[in-house]
Amino acid sequence: MVLNNIEKLLEKYDNGETSLKEEQLLKNYFTSDNVAPHLEMYKPMFAYFLVNQQEQFTKDVPLKTTRKFNYKWISVAAVAVLMLGFYFGTTTSKDELGTYQDPQLAYNEVAKSLEMISKRLNKGTATVGYLNEVNKGTATLGYLNEIENSTSIIFKK
Amino acid sequence: MTQTEFLNIVMPFKDKVFRVAKRLLISTEEAEDATQEILLKLWKNKKKIQEYKNVEAFSMTMTKNFCYDKLKSKQAQNLKIVHSNYEAKETPLHKQVELNDSVNWVAKIIEELPEQQRLIVQLRDIEEYDLDEIAKMLNMNNTAVRVNLSRARKAIREKLTNTHNYGVK
Repeated sequence: MVLNNIEKLLEKYDNGETSLKEEQLLKNYFTSDNVAPHLEMYKPMFAYFLVNQQEQFTKDVPLKTTRKFNYKWISVAAVAVLMLGFYFGTTTSKDELGTYQDPQLAYNEVAKSLEMISKRLNKGTATVGYLNEVNKGTATLGYLNEIENSTSIIFKK
Repeated sequence: MTQTEFLNIVMPFKDKVFRVAKRLLISTEEAEDATQEILLKLWKNKKKIQEYKNVEAFSMTMTKNFCYDKLKSKQAQNLKIVHSNYEAKETPLHKQVELNDSVNWVAKIIEELPEQQRLIVQLRDIEEYDLDEIAKMLNMNNTAVRVNLSRARKAIREKLTNTHNYGVK
């Protein structure tokens, strides 16, 4: 019975008409110990198929993860650098002198500084006062004009 | 797609790719190189992997084409000469060993089959693919696959019967 069945399957097998399940049956039969003597020659074939199913690929495959450089991060870094720059820039240079919040105090300060300015200015003008002497000098020179008048009368032709 | 995701997809059939490549290229080293090449190609196009309906079948087709290209290339033809020279020297020793090892006979018989039949036997009897799947992978129609398979099986049986009988008688 079983043998009959196997022989039928073998014929179908040779014609390429067996299903995968039937082929599995054949494989099981021919790898078992009780194979009919006249079918002995099929044994190595099925044994070979089974052996070959076990073969494995053992070589490593170098999968390179191509890391693409993300240019977005450059802008982030730039912003960070700029922020740091601003932060340290403002703390180190003290250009600002501060403002007065109280108007009265501000008025007093302004008055004080204006007074100081006027004081210095007066000192300056006081020294410039010597220039008046020069003016006096030129006024006395004005008499020379009189002399010229008189000489013009004398030499009148 | 990360490396692990990719490996999860590829792992189940990488051995199949290797065995099919080996069936066509015969040399183990060549088959290893081919498998590596194919996996790298898949990795490079990993963005498209989700679009493929059947990654495994697609890879098999890739393998087939790659191996055919390899066999056609000049490099392989050079190799063939070296290979046959090598064979000729070693034949007596080979035969001695093989007589004792009938499984190796099967390997030899399959090696002598035409490329296409070899490939179909590999896909059907070793990798156990459906005939329709094989037809799709090889871009052939179903009956053509069956006819080739039948021819290959009959050829194998005939040669096996011969050697078997020689052994007995």
